[in-house]
Amino acid sequence: MSGAGGKVIGTGAPGRVRGRRGSLAWHAGALLVLAVVLYPVVWVVGASFKPGREIIGSLELFPAGPVLTNFTGLADGIADISIATFFQNSLFYALGSVAGILVSCSLTAYAFARIPFAGRNVLFSLMIGTLLLPYHVLLIPQYVMFQKAGLVNTYVPLLIGKYLATEAFFVFLMVQFMRNLPRELDEAARLDGCGHARIYWSIVLPLCRPALITSAIFTFINAWNDFMGPLIYLNEPGKYTVSLGMMMFRDQEGVANYGGMIAMSLVALLPVLLFFLAFQRYLIDGMATSGLKG
Amino acid sequence: MGTAVTLVKDSPPGTAPARLGAPGAVRRRRRGENLAGYLFMSPWIAGFLLLTAGPMAASLYFAFTDYNLFDAPRWIGLDNFTALFDDPRWQKSVEVTAKYVVIGTPLKLLLALGVALLLAQSRRGQAFYRAAFYAPSLIGASVSVGFVWRALFSDGAVVDRTQSFLGLGSGGWVGDPGRVLYSLVALTVWQFGAPMVIFLAGLKQVPRELYEAAEVDGAGPLRRFWSITLPMLSPVLFFNVLLETIHSFQIFGSAYVVSNTTCGPADATLVYTCYLYQKGFKESQMGFASAMAWMLLLAVALVTAVLFWSQKRWVHYEEDVR
Repeated sequence: MSGAGGKVIGTGAPGRVRGRRGSLAWHAGALLVLAVVLYPVVWVVGASFKPGREIIGSLELFPAGPVLTNFTGLADGIADISIATFFQNSLFYALGSVAGILVSCSLTAYAFARIPFAGRNVLFSLMIGTLLLPYHVLLIPQYVMFQKAGLVNTYVPLLIGKYLATEAFFVFLMVQFMRNLPRELDEAARLDGCGHARIYWSIVLPLCRPALITSAIFTFINAWNDFMGPLIYLNEPGKYTVSLGMMMFRDQEGVANYGGMIAMSLVALLPVLLFFLAFQRYLIDGMATSGLKG
Repeated sequence: MGTAVTLVKDSPPGTAPARLGAPGAVRRRRRGENLAGYLFMSPWIAGFLLLTAGPMAASLYFAFTDYNLFDAPRWIGLDNFTALFDDPRWQKSVEVTAKYVVIGTPLKLLLALGVALLLAQSRRGQAFYRAAFYAPSLIGASVSVGFVWRALFSDGAVVDRTQSFLGLGSGGWVGDPGRVLYSLVALTVWQFGAPMVIFLAGLKQVPRELYEAAEVDGAGPLRRFWSITLPMLSPVLFFNVLLETIHSFQIFGSAYVVSNTTCGPADATLVYTCYLYQKGFKESQMGFASAMAWMLLLAVALVTAVLFWSQKRWVHYEEDVR
């Protein structure tokens, strides 16, 4: 951030909104946007307490007579599989992804930011290039590869990329962060005889905590929400993640289990929303810096 | 990207060698750095070869073959590409995707910029609104929100009732081939928070003195926006346009879920990736699907190239960065 020092600049009017009328208009505008933005989230909370057949038609946000049947219905699971199984699978996928990203991306970022090796610029450009590459070009050939290797219907295809630093966004985020760390620290460590391994582990990593936290939370949420990966690679309901398992609630033969769908939607959103509430500063700051000095 | 330049910060001549003395030591040290560099990079290099470069080459080869995953690929030259251009569903998928990108991305970015400008005016409450507006970007791609969207845009649900009340016709959007795509546009616009956060950060970096000087010179708010805010914000705008456009080409999950896995009705939400998925994973036409993927890559590369070419005209980079 520049030295604006928290001073705020507006549409063109320097300084803050002037006067009470301006401030009122500002809040009215912001509240209007807020109402539209939050409506779907509030709606899903209210709807999950409505009886299944009222969910679509009723206009009140919260039912006069709330019922818990949608949630108790979840306890029965779906197609003989407990909802807890989906949650365990998603948790395994998300935590496995976080571990992979933290290790592989930070190692790569350290090399880019701190080791002057031959070919570094070329590799860095390649890495930035993969940031813009549509993932879908890789979909078919990767599937063919994992199918030939007998790894379809396992979590290997979903996780392996995370351990091989293919998520360029996080490498980039960490490189940006590491470049801003004072160089004197590792030069001093170097004079004391520390090698790169030691500098990476004892100096750079601890100082990178904010970038690591941001990457970890984004990774967790991305894996939790991931739909296409599990859809393509997992084909046995016992291995389904939450997002894939949820799809079993959708209308089959014209009858939708709306109550189950909506209650499950809410339950599936909860971890993401809680993470967001707890760590929103890391997420938003991480997002904000990604666009600057890119 | 200007970042690559800052990388070339090799040790300035005279410092390190002087300390280490003999040229042999320098060479040894340099070799040591190379070894360390490639060691640290080895996961990325393995991933790049195994999961990016290799598959890309394979995909290019498949694009010229007839391949069903079980029999060996059979070389058929350009047949997949000619078949693709003759395929009405492929044309439909191009049309649907183009419409989605061209309508959704500008709307989303305009809203993001507008709200960022609004929020930037006052510090009170800014952090709260910023967080609240950002939240949809985190959950927008989830199946949960897809379900919610399908429900909100069904017959007799809130969107239907609102439009009837306003006299704009009746019927839910998800069942109407003419309108269902707009429910997906609404879903992407709803996620304006991510680009908004980036715009806000960019606005904070505009030097305040510029506005003060302009005000002294008698420039009105519109003039100040046009001559100061917009040029100063243009690099951030460029970044947002580039990323949002590339992302929206790749929409899949929300179309798949909101359309109840059909990408319909009547192929009205058959976005490009949906068709690619159907061809590749439902019909096992790996060759055709690979050809499709390469066409998508070409389209994205073309758009990226045009954007980078156009930035000379409208993106204003400060001379004295760093």
